[in-house]
Amino acid sequence: MTEGVPHTRHHPRWLRPRLSTYWWLQRRSYFAFIVRELSSLAVAWFVFYLLALIRAVSLGAMNYERFLAWSRNPAIVVLNGVGFLLVVYHAITWFKLAPQAMVVHVRGERVPGVLIAASNYALWVVATLAVAWLLLRT
Amino acid sequence: MEPLLWLLFSAGGVVAALLLPVLAFLFGFAFPLGWIGPPSHEHLWALVRHPLTRLVVFGVCTLSLFHWAHRFRYTLYDGLQIQHLGELVELLCYGGAVLGSAMAAYVLWRV
Repeated sequence: MTEGVPHTRHHPRWLRPRLSTYWWLQRRSYFAFIVRELSSLAVAWFVFYLLALIRAVSLGAMNYERFLAWSRNPAIVVLNGVGFLLVVYHAITWFKLAPQAMVVHVRGERVPGVLIAASNYALWVVATLAVAWLLLRT
Repeated sequence: MEPLLWLLFSAGGVVAALLLPVLAFLFGFAFPLGWIGPPSHEHLWALVRHPLTRLVVFGVCTLSLFHWAHRFRYTLYDGLQIQHLGELVELLCYGGAVLGSAMAAYVLWRV
């Protein structure tokens, strides 16, 4: 933005202190912010993981067994564990922010944020149970 | 363009928050560690062959990937302070999301 401007006697150099690359380690809130942002990597990972699973299922029972064997690899389990914590963190922070992003009015009255957040968490429970039921019913 | 990307980011944030934790829990370690018996191949096969399942999974994959792209773009900008590499980062992130969506379409089409 200002890099190209030559500094002369009447056009002093801009004071722009260089921020450390590790600025997000300086405070807990900064760190929480960067963890929340990094949760997107876990989201992308599980999309890939889900597609690998579906591919294996569509290639036949043998391939599905091979996928299950691969998923038992300790490194994959650890990766999935960390990823799980990150997607849960994403979900919690996302639903917590929802009341600020959507302002709902019913009969001219603003619906309190707590109610919006609560309805989001309720929807999360319903979606979780529905997926679990679809996968686990016999 | 930015409002559209934000809309995709936001929609992806919702579907990822609603559906990924349970899928990650079950397939990520509850089945692998034997806490719960994994579903049979026939059961999963029947489930993913249903057109509605494939449509929903495609939506979840695409939106989640655009959620990743948008958020990770800003993580790279802020975390590493590489705002000057803007175009490269955008190409990497949104290009990755487009590529991943194409992969999802292929995998789900060929079920």
